[in-house]
Amino acid sequence: MHPESARSRAAALVDEVRTRLTGNLGSLPVVVGLVIIWAAFQVMNPSFLSADNLVNLTLQCAAGGTIAIGVVLVLLLGQIDLSVGSVSGLAAAILGVGLTQLGWPLVVAILAALAAGAAIGLLYGLLFTRFGVPSFIITLAGLLGVLGLQLKVLGPNGSINLPADSPLVLFATSWFLPPWVAYLLSAFWAGGMFTAAVLRRRRRLRAGLTISPLGWQAAKAGGLLVLCVLAASYLATNRGVGVMFVFFIVLVIVMDVVLTRTRWGREVYAVGGSVEAARRAGIRVGRVYISVFVLCSTFAVVGGLLAAGRLMSVNLNSGAGDTNLNAIAAAVIGGTSLFGGRGSAWSALLGITVIQSISNGLTLLNLDSSIRYMITGGVLLLAVIIDSLSRRSRAAHGQA
Amino acid sequence: MSVEALAPLASPGPVDRVPVLSMRGISKSFGKVQALDDIHLDIFAGEVVAIVGDNGAGKSTLVKILAGVHPADEGEIEFEGQAVQIPDPSTSRALGIATVFQDLALCDNLDVVANLFLGREIAGVALDEEEMEKDAWELLRQLSARIPSVRVPIAALSGGQRQTVAIARSLIGDPRVVILDEPTAALGVAQTAEVLNLIERLRERGHGVVLISHNMADVQAVADRIIVLRLGRNNGDFLASEVGYEDIIAAITGATEHARPLPDPPYRGPRRIGPVA
Repeated sequence: MHPESARSRAAALVDEVRTRLTGNLGSLPVVVGLVIIWAAFQVMNPSFLSADNLVNLTLQCAAGGTIAIGVVLVLLLGQIDLSVGSVSGLAAAILGVGLTQLGWPLVVAILAALAAGAAIGLLYGLLFTRFGVPSFIITLAGLLGVLGLQLKVLGPNGSINLPADSPLVLFATSWFLPPWVAYLLSAFWAGGMFTAAVLRRRRRLRAGLTISPLGWQAAKAGGLLVLCVLAASYLATNRGVGVMFVFFIVLVIVMDVVLTRTRWGREVYAVGGSVEAARRAGIRVGRVYISVFVLCSTFAVVGGLLAAGRLMSVNLNSGAGDTNLNAIAAAVIGGTSLFGGRGSAWSALLGITVIQSISNGLTLLNLDSSIRYMITGGVLLLAVIIDSLSRRSRAAHGQA
Repeated sequence: MSVEALAPLASPGPVDRVPVLSMRGISKSFGKVQALDDIHLDIFAGEVVAIVGDNGAGKSTLVKILAGVHPADEGEIEFEGQAVQIPDPSTSRALGIATVFQDLALCDNLDVVANLFLGREIAGVALDEEEMEKDAWELLRQLSARIPSVRVPIAALSGGQRQTVAIARSLIGDPRVVILDEPTAALGVAQTAEVLNLIERLRERGHGVVLISHNMADVQAVADRIIVLRLGRNNGDFLASEVGYEDIIAAITGATEHARPLPDPPYRGPRRIGPVA
């Protein structure tokens, strides 16, 4: 290879790394925060990073994380959905009553719950676009209304145990990938990412556009592969990688691709950035709002079903308590801005991992839930402050 | 929409050609306020027409009628010789009238490519980012625009660069007429020069350009023809090369009264309207 070109390639690689590190911090602060949290809990209780506890952590993340994906979508529009907890609870109630009292097949019960969620989201979307009521108020009313609906569906019993042999329960509690499947999936993911990068690079070359060095892409895919295989092999020393967790990751990946690679995703970011600009560009803004509210409630339903399967029971407290705020906090902590237009599906994964790590770690330390609530609240506040500060700093640097 | 479709239109022909866009006796009132009263206006391909006037002269209302934001109360609009109605913005765009409003309406969080193609993305199942990026560079090159990268968010660009992106975006549908509402209002000296340069590119490509401006220096730098509005009426239609700064100011302030051009067709090319004796 010609030394000149090798040098310029190396320079380009260094440049790329530098812009990734400085120009756009992205998720780096969250990852650093997560490492600190894990290190701290590990020091206080050596069983925190045990394979057993980490397997628990992955399973704890899936339900809340799935709800958080929907919250990311509404936040991208600069809106909010405060009722995701209630909607997840209603989903659990429909599932429980359908399965045990009405004798529905599992598929029917799941479809009924999904339909209910979509209908609620549609109602929110219509109220928002037709009457211009702030989403904050609509979904606050939804929080109460849907909670009432959940109690109504549950009826006087108030508590329903799901059959332990139901596929949903098995899926959420005892289905784990054999190690070789986990390795295969990791290779598939990293390989797919690298192939996509190579194909994109080839299209860019053909279009005569600048290309980023292939070395960076290879390093990213290789890093991902190593990380996944290490994680999977460590978890395999205990029960392994939960199928429910993989399901959650797949949802995140799918949503990320839809947001970044499709016209609809582009419209979501445009509406979140400037509604007026989007409208003038000919985007049917109302449709975007409605579709996002529908998706958010639907993700809340999926999350509620996963939670019900994992807890093997449905009761008055399903979706109550901190479900709601955990999901919203996860989206924000993961780096999706409350002000709209900035964020990614990955913030659901990052954020829920932070939240559940704190919750899990404090439980291991036998700390009271009073303290747990206060600490989680503090972390949420910190995340929102970072969001506001980074917005201000972007404005100061002319990048707002 | 490919950039091939953006090749320059036919070069300006002789003066007796049909105007791309003409307004005949347009009136518009908001309640008791008569914003426009019997306005006549012709725009030809490959010329820059500046519309000037004091605050409240009706410049913005005129633009909004052409952009389809407000319908006119009275009068006719002809586009390429055909009588047309412009009830809404999408009709205006579909006819081939592109309007760049003063607030630009860009999404700060999206990059230049995304903004250029917003609402008209090139996409199969997935967005064709490469095709859009290539076309974006091509378009900006044709406009001799200086944008460091088409992959930076709009928020990172200067005011002049944002104006450039907004104008470039209006060209994506290959419009016949481009309307620019105060494109240099918030810009510094160098950026203003950049935008004026861009307006000349538009003329070279054969677009009819309508320039709304307060700034007489800018108007005299690029305009072929200057139309003065005063209190919602025509108050002069000058060839820029033949008129001085004082004449325009006098027409704007009402120190001199100018007859409006005769509305009778066939309407022949730009010409000077003399002061009423």
